Amino acid sequence: MAMAIASRRGPAGSGGPLATMVLRGLSSSSCPAAGAARGRNEGSPPGTGEGGKPLNLFSAINQALHIALETDPRAYVFGEDVGFGGVFRCTTGLAERFGRNRVFNTPLCEQGIAGFAVGLAAMGNRAIAEIQFADYIFPAFDQIVNEAAKFRYRSGNEFNCGGLTIRSPYGAVGHGGHYHSQSPEAFFCHVPGLKVVIPRSPRQAKGLLLASIRDPNPVVFFEPKWLYRLAVEDVPEHDYMLPLSQAEVICEGTDITLVGWGAQLSVMEQACEIAEKDGISCELIDLRTLIPWDKDTVEASVNKTGRLLVSHEAPLTGGFGAEIAAAIVDRCFLRLEAPVTRVCGLDTPFPLVYEPFYLPTKNKVVDAIKAAVNY
Amino acid sequence: MCLADTSEELWEFIHTRDNLWPQSNFEGRTTDVTGKNSITIVGTIHYCGKITRRRRGDMTRESGRTYPEVRSWGGEDPVAVVLSPMAAWLAGSRAAAKQLARKLAPLGSLHGGIGASLRRGGSDPGGCSPRGFHSRRVGTMRADAIAAQEYDVNANQVMDFPGGKVRFVADMRFLSESPKERVNCYRVLDDDGQAISGSSFKEVSKETALRMYSAMVTLQIMDIIFYEAQRQGRISFYLTTIGEEAINIASPAALTMDDVVFPQYREPGVLLWRGFTLQEFANQLFGNKSDYGKGRQMPIHYGSNKLNYFTVSSPIAYVTSHSNLFYFQILGTVACVTYLVHSTQIPHAVGAAYSLKMDGKEACAVTFFGDGGTSEGDFHAALNFAAVLEVPVVFFCRNNGWAISTPTSEQFRSDGAVVRGEAYGIRSIRVDGNDALAVYSAVHAAREMAIRECRPILIEALTYRVGHHSTSDDSTKYRPVDEIEHWRTARDPISRYRKWVEGNGWWNDAEETELRRNVREELLGAVQAAERVEKPPLAELFTDVYDVTPSNLWEQEQSLRRTIQRHPQDYPPDVPL
Repeated sequence: MAMAIASRRGPAGSGGPLATMVLRGLSSSSCPAAGAARGRNEGSPPGTGEGGKPLNLFSAINQALHIALETDPRAYVFGEDVGFGGVFRCTTGLAERFGRNRVFNTPLCEQGIAGFAVGLAAMGNRAIAEIQFADYIFPAFDQIVNEAAKFRYRSGNEFNCGGLTIRSPYGAVGHGGHYHSQSPEAFFCHVPGLKVVIPRSPRQAKGLLLASIRDPNPVVFFEPKWLYRLAVEDVPEHDYMLPLSQAEVICEGTDITLVGWGAQLSVMEQACEIAEKDGISCELIDLRTLIPWDKDTVEASVNKTGRLLVSHEAPLTGGFGAEIAAAIVDRCFLRLEAPVTRVCGLDTPFPLVYEPFYLPTKNKVVDAIKAAVNY
Repeated sequence: MCLADTSEELWEFIHTRDNLWPQSNFEGRTTDVTGKNSITIVGTIHYCGKITRRRRGDMTRESGRTYPEVRSWGGEDPVAVVLSPMAAWLAGSRAAAKQLARKLAPLGSLHGGIGASLRRGGSDPGGCSPRGFHSRRVGTMRADAIAAQEYDVNANQVMDFPGGKVRFVADMRFLSESPKERVNCYRVLDDDGQAISGSSFKEVSKETALRMYSAMVTLQIMDIIFYEAQRQGRISFYLTTIGEEAINIASPAALTMDDVVFPQYREPGVLLWRGFTLQEFANQLFGNKSDYGKGRQMPIHYGSNKLNYFTVSSPIAYVTSHSNLFYFQILGTVACVTYLVHSTQIPHAVGAAYSLKMDGKEACAVTFFGDGGTSEGDFHAALNFAAVLEVPVVFFCRNNGWAISTPTSEQFRSDGAVVRGEAYGIRSIRVDGNDALAVYSAVHAAREMAIRECRPILIEALTYRVGHHSTSDDSTKYRPVDEIEHWRTARDPISRYRKWVEGNGWWNDAEETELRRNVREELLGAVQAAERVEKPPLAELFTDVYDVTPSNLWEQEQSLRRTIQRHPQDYPPDVPL
């Protein structure tokens, strides 16, 4: 699968560079601006120090789930096929370790998974539900939007389902076509009461997932399935959390601010490197939590650079990039030296053969960076 | 519990009784592997005649031989003790059978030939412990079990398929779309409030019986007063339970306070029974600062953590802009909305029941919904999840004939909701929803089964929505007034129940008059008091979206406050800033 992904995702006809790119991109050691530009908030999880063992993303998720179940006897993991380890292997070994009462298969019904999860969470449990693909989440939309998100508000805090976390793999994989590739995060970003979190790397995934599971609000946690096996970095073995609603400046720069999340960051980072060769200094920000999002960090960066580029795989129109653009124009209008630019998926259904055309690829980002800087 | 290891004893038991052959019934007791649990074996021995047809496989060679089949039952679930074809052939003589038993016994259930399973019982404590989690799950077939061929008494091949044995037959016959007769409806009281002779029901003490009656009357008067308050424009919306008072009160009466309720919106009687005061009802309806929901939801969206009654939601909405039937006023703005059905709470009850089961609680989850709600995906998802996950939940369908203006004939083609249970593997009952004693008994029994056996139960109560759907509706536009009147009078659940209570000598006219006067006075007082309580403060508009208010909401609150200062005339004056 990795090669298939690489051959589509990377430069036309070359599969090789991708894996390298992804690995380097996610290790946060390849920042063009070298050591000083290490993440503003943390280069490694706070208090964890450096180190840990090399893990890919699905193993990091798996480790987080082990810890979540280990540390809270009221935590449950369930969804389609999770009993045997999940189609992406994220739940491997959990049922054997914690028993079929706490880690179990559900019938194939996303509406039921979400509704069941809301009820389980409402009884004071940590309900960790898996929707097998983000493309399949729509039957659960009503339960997530009208039930989970409003549970606390509508009851005046008499009840809440804050223990709910819905995990779901999202995004391109090179061969997923319409229904195994979508990035539906923007739908959920329009829903007060939800948190939407997307990690970019194994270390981030573990810390953010544990934070999401333990956050007293319902969280939709989208995992970049592209990176499940491709991305490898050192992940501390112990229990740690990364803060929600706090963006991370991955690379500091002075000419333009780039904002993204999840798998797209590796593409953007590669674009940063290319732009760097042309003397353009890019500041790359991982938003990490989409709602409620860290406007202050982005605002501070744009006030420094004067330019903003947002990039996501989801279609351009109505994407969350639009929200970021509008908010930053509102806050930084007089400081902006170029229009806020978006490099996103096309406004078509996610296409199979045309995936390399559809995606906001490296050189599309590079061109947009140059256009903004030379505006 | 598997009897595989005791198959030899079982064989001995069967074959040492001469009178078992052929075509005879048998009954006896033995023990399981541990020797501790006693098991009852009940069944019929089938000893069929010659096999006349040739078939493929092993049996071809045995054409013309006789073979027996043992079927047995223990309790309600079948106990499968079926001989494999090879065993059947060998078992042509009793001596051979004994020999067979000796040979097969060590193979245990792996052989798939002789084996038995029993429903839990005996020394099994039952209850809703996680231990029993997989008790009714059907295991995956083993390869050697698949390989073994079996035949029934009519020489039809039987296939071991996940879920049990399936018989192959030659005639192509479709299942009927419906049974010949509709499912019967359980009742205790006849139309005159007399207990039907021979009816089985859960005894109700005088104290409970009178409390139930008082609550039903209170609910009735509550509906009258609050409905009137809406008509006078004092509250924006209301929805009555008229005609469904028995369901509303008898259901919670059969539950305990530990049972968790996920209501639809036409069960305020559950809250009333549990101790929600008339003042608390009024506070919610007026959306004042004493409303637990902080004025955020429409009237009738009650909820109480203390009373284990999850807050009502109503997300499936139908919006109309042209009909003057459907309107109500919120803060001076005419909005044309009404809600249609509500089913999203049904799967919540399953999740909650799973929690109760894991915690080993002596309690179940109960969820209510209407006939319209059974068409929603949530209903089907919930029933399937509950059956598969084996959780203590009671699904209570109030089939009142109407989902706003949609009659059940336009809602489904099945015999109501009750028949859906079997399709999902759920024990179900249809009950007369206007018979308080029947509802009480059914819910009581359902609760016991749900908790003791850790299983979902479906109850369908037949009743009638005597009132309009809500204050936004005039049901005479779509259904005959005569029909409404018939149910209001001849089938009124309160008067029927009153006749029974009076028949017992527990109630009289004087007490009736006093009760009604007191309730009415208390209600009028509650309305006036609720009206005087101020609205929740503006700040509550922004709390509880998350556990901690995020910065974007702080910004929006500050912005809104500045706008209010500039344009105070745009905003309701009774919301404290």
